[in-house]
Amino acid sequence: MTSIEAQVQQPYKYGFVTDIESDVVPPGLNEDVVRLISAKKGEPAWMVDWRLKAYRNWLKMEEPHWPNVKYGPIDYQAISYYAAPKKLPKLESLDQVDPKLVATFEKLGIPIEEQKRLTGVAVDAVFDSVSVATTFQAELAKYGVIFCPISQAIREHPELVQKYLGTVVPYNDNFFAALNSAVFTDGSFVYVPKGVRCPMELSTYFRINASSTGQFERTLIIADEGSYVSYLEGCSAPMRDENQLHAAVVELVALDNATIKYSTIQNWYPGDEEGKGGIYNFVTKRGKCAGKNSKVSWTQVETGSAITWKYPGCILQGDNSIGEFYSVAVTTRRQQADTGTKMIHLGKNTRSTIVSKGISGGHGQNTYRGLVKIMKGAEGARNYSQCDSMLIGDQCGAHTFPYIDVRNSSAIMEHEASTSKIGEDQIFYLRQRGLSAEDAVSMIVNGFCKEVFKELPMEFAVEATRLLGISLEGSVG
Amino acid sequence: MLEIKGLHVSVAGIEILRGIDLSVRAGEVHAIMGPNGSGKSTLAQVLAGHPAYTVAAGTATYDGKDLLALKPEERARDGVFLAFQYPVEIRGITNSYFLRSAVNALRKHRGQEELDPLDFLQVLEEKLKAIGWDDTLMNRPVNEGFSGGEKKRNEILQLAVLEPRLAILDETDSGLDIDALKTVAHAVNKLRAPDRAFVIVTHYQRLLNYITPDVVHVLADGRIVKSGGPELAHELEAKGYDWLRAGAMVS
Repeated sequence: MTSIEAQVQQPYKYGFVTDIESDVVPPGLNEDVVRLISAKKGEPAWMVDWRLKAYRNWLKMEEPHWPNVKYGPIDYQAISYYAAPKKLPKLESLDQVDPKLVATFEKLGIPIEEQKRLTGVAVDAVFDSVSVATTFQAELAKYGVIFCPISQAIREHPELVQKYLGTVVPYNDNFFAALNSAVFTDGSFVYVPKGVRCPMELSTYFRINASSTGQFERTLIIADEGSYVSYLEGCSAPMRDENQLHAAVVELVALDNATIKYSTIQNWYPGDEEGKGGIYNFVTKRGKCAGKNSKVSWTQVETGSAITWKYPGCILQGDNSIGEFYSVAVTTRRQQADTGTKMIHLGKNTRSTIVSKGISGGHGQNTYRGLVKIMKGAEGARNYSQCDSMLIGDQCGAHTFPYIDVRNSSAIMEHEASTSKIGEDQIFYLRQRGLSAEDAVSMIVNGFCKEVFKELPMEFAVEATRLLGISLEGSVG
Repeated sequence: MLEIKGLHVSVAGIEILRGIDLSVRAGEVHAIMGPNGSGKSTLAQVLAGHPAYTVAAGTATYDGKDLLALKPEERARDGVFLAFQYPVEIRGITNSYFLRSAVNALRKHRGQEELDPLDFLQVLEEKLKAIGWDDTLMNRPVNEGFSGGEKKRNEILQLAVLEPRLAILDETDSGLDIDALKTVAHAVNKLRAPDRAFVIVTHYQRLLNYITPDVVHVLADGRIVKSGGPELAHELEAKGYDWLRAGAMVS
């Protein structure tokens, strides 16, 4: 292993297990399990019917194998679909949260106690299948902003959930989305009313803790006319020898003149050096620019998971709407990532921007897969795509599959791609100027990812750069 | 300041330097000349600690320390600077950020406080003024899209800011037109100081028209075959290297 490779093979810092008594549903999946999950959440009949419809569809579907990743068969009957800490407080009284849970999130850098909260950031903390705390709910309510666990939204805001759930990612969209629709447990719900600029960053932190369980969170964000919201999710899991399934669905709806900025810092356990263990991150994320002049912007920093399979996309339905996708995907050890985006242009003068940065080290395999589709009515649509790959060492791989489907001749498409390798000469140059080998690698990787990092909210840009073991570039220059 | 004795160096199993002896004192400017493939750049790289080069025998002492035992960054922090023949590009990192990081690595090593961006800007302006240059290169990514001349100028700019005690210039003149050559030479002359030594590796004599060395060495087939004063450079310009190379064979 060269000095460069050693740099990217950093130990996983979030691999601890919280010893807590859990209420776990025995492994296996059938209609009774779906009903049981729904009952545990206290859901109304329409919700359980929707779940069952999804489940029955799922039974007829086949697991997709077109992504450029390899893994053994998944036994869906060996997974437990619900796990929750036993001592759960009522959500109104955060001070009653089990101290073990508070300590867990604290260790992860997510303070949920009243006194220690991050200023300007509201947090929904999800532990296995349930939300354990959501901060600043009352403060946000003053602005009419609803930020709560989706299970709470189903009970308290059924009209909004019913109106939008499944409108961007239908229950039968794909195999994993159908599975999620049947068994989803918790996740966040956000509604920003007309003309409101959400006064703080919203974020959800997902933690998988129990063994042999899957996590199936569902997030739904609605930005009403003329509103703005910035949302961020983070995640981590203990180090375990088994592979754990994480199949989430995220739906975003932006109405006229609304903007949703969605950022992800994904740090699920990636498995060990030999590829044992790690999370299977099979996720469907999609935003709909339903209204005119609306905007959905995805920024993702993907460093974890044994296998990542996700394509956060935008449906650009409203005229003049804008879709953006900024991504840094890192694969080291034996990690495999097949990730990218889909930009579907329906409205006139719709614009999309794709900036993808893939970094591969160790035996990592990194695939960018992107679709840009310009439909017939999308007069004057524009797309700019940039895919850059960086290789560290000679055991890893980078692959790019850009798909372009243009059905309107007025479209303007640009695509740029590059592949580079961190060389000993680059490292040596920086060391000759007095930087350590670690700082040299950091600086090179940081520069490579700069266009994406600058899209992250300030509070999290630091977190992202730290995650990659790199220091943030100064503001001058 | 720098004492090299019996230095043998190989790269990828091929011996390039075959017994170098060189003594450089503070304040001196030494020119290392020689034909292509004689080992000039190898000498420059090995003094800076490039990992591709293996030292088979010999010693190099810098300020009484075993230079060859130090990591490249330790040498840099102790004041050894190499102006690269082929400076690398670093995407997305501005020259000023890069240079500030380098300055701060050195300051930290010396137990000095690190400079924030504003303080650094002041220091930078002083140094630029001293060599009569402007800051047009500072806000561009390191060497990215630089012309050959700009890259070389950027190396000398770094030299000016980092203030090394031993500056090694590896073919800084190659690829420069006459105006750029004069600009670079002028800056180097400004940077000559009683406590600073220069080792200037060059193929052609023309750089030495503008920088007058104290000693000129001729390197051929991995050995220093002749040393002399500045007039030796002119002799080489007139006679070429072949007469010396033949000498190297017999010695």
